[in-house]
Amino acid sequence: MNVLLDHFAEFREGFIGTVWLTVASSVLALILGVVLAGFRVSPVPPLRFFGAAWVTLFRNTPLTLLFLTIWFAVPQVFDFGFDPWTKALIVLSVYTSSFVCEAVRSGINTVPLGQAEAARSLGMTFFQTLGTIVLPQAVRTVLPPLSSIFIALTKNSAIAGAFSVTELFGWQKILSDRGFAIAWLFLWVALGYLVITFTISGLFRLLERSLEVAR
Amino acid sequence: MSSSVLYDAPGPKARMRNRIYSVIGTAAIIGLIAFVIMRLADRGHFASEVWNTFNYANVRIAIRDGIFTTLKVFALAGALSLVLGALLAVTRASDHRAIRWLATGFIELFRAIPLLITIYALWVLFLTYKSDLGFVGENNGFWALVIGLAVYNGAVQAEVLRAGFNAVPRGQVEAAYALGLRKSQVMTMLLLPQAVRSMLPTIISQLVVTLKDTSLGYIITYAELLYAARQLANTTLVNGQYIYVPVIMVVGTIYVAMCMALSGLATWVEKRGRRAKTGIAVAAAAEPAEAPGALDPSDPKGPTVDAEQAAAKADEPPGKSD
Repeated sequence: MNVLLDHFAEFREGFIGTVWLTVASSVLALILGVVLAGFRVSPVPPLRFFGAAWVTLFRNTPLTLLFLTIWFAVPQVFDFGFDPWTKALIVLSVYTSSFVCEAVRSGINTVPLGQAEAARSLGMTFFQTLGTIVLPQAVRTVLPPLSSIFIALTKNSAIAGAFSVTELFGWQKILSDRGFAIAWLFLWVALGYLVITFTISGLFRLLERSLEVAR
Repeated sequence: MSSSVLYDAPGPKARMRNRIYSVIGTAAIIGLIAFVIMRLADRGHFASEVWNTFNYANVRIAIRDGIFTTLKVFALAGALSLVLGALLAVTRASDHRAIRWLATGFIELFRAIPLLITIYALWVLFLTYKSDLGFVGENNGFWALVIGLAVYNGAVQAEVLRAGFNAVPRGQVEAAYALGLRKSQVMTMLLLPQAVRSMLPTIISQLVVTLKDTSLGYIITYAELLYAARQLANTTLVNGQYIYVPVIMVVGTIYVAMCMALSGLATWVEKRGRRAKTGIAVAAAAEPAEAPGALDPSDPKGPTVDAEQAAAKADEPPGKSD
């Protein structure tokens, strides 16, 4: 108990760090994922191939390895350096975008065939069909898997803490290195994550309800 | 719905345009790859001396041992997580409220906490109270990793199985009770086998996650593949630089190959399961294993999205897939 009260400032900093990292990489992963899903259903073969390769590669690579890569291999390619926070943001977004892409693509697959056919027969182009007819309907089916993906992202952000980015896990690591009771720390940090993940699932539940429509 | 429905069969103009896009797209992708390769070559990461390090016996042994350790952790943690998952799924469906709540609480708690934190806490716990817990030897990292992975993935597998229970038509359970079967019989003879069958692709996909997460052992300095790789890169100086790039390439390929083999198995099982007409939808492989709305225990949701998808895919002519 005292651990929390005595070190509330560090805890708050870690908590805000986790929230901020999660929100920023969620937004980036969502944008990247939708663009990649667009690639994967596009009429242009190289783009389809690129999307498929991206998803296969990043979904089958451990996140820890990606962190190692951006810390040690990527600086060899680009001359300008990133700060640790930006590196964590890039890794988390790239990794999560492959999952978002798959969710969006399977969402596109659940939109009834006739919708796209009707759009086409009205003379709409690929982008019009995708943007105004198919994607808005796909969003409803995609919401539940997206919610789990972003909850997973929150938990994955803990790995950033091990790579010296300020967030909840980093806080636990520092304090437990100083020798505080691990059980209490564990509980408080767990509670911090629970607050974030329950907020995400609650937000998505609200979204689902507001977008609900009879099919 | 196949992707080709989103656009018409291209006419001469569209074909031309697509060809131009293709050329530009290919050029962009090849350009990017070429840029990366050239930059790495400039820095001397493709020099023969650098790659020659992989010819040394001790380097190969280090990588081989890393792979074996990773597979050992994966095998033990995967098996334990499946056993724990089945156990938790069954206890969660128990008639006794206290047992049900206990199982639900366990699942919710360990699913909400990042796996890394569980593993780290276990590790510190083992290190601190080693003698009190009766541990001998230097196995703290191993057991922290295995138990952490088993607990987290067991909780997720329990949720997967629960979704599988919900996919079994209600009438089957009613019929079983009407025939006079006991609850334990309904569970073991009816619900579990069908749940496992319909959720097998998702169960295997979650095993892929387990395999990937063994790399978290790196953070608690347990000598699995990634840690071995880091040690190797960190201690080998060739031409005045550490061999991070080649080591990451080699180890990354190994990880991707291992995970893709498992993912491929999941997809194969899914395709195979879709052929059988049992009326119970087979979950899609590589779907996010966390069931939708699963954080809310009062809301028992089956694999609705999966079922719709499977139904949509079943309508397609055979031999055609995305």
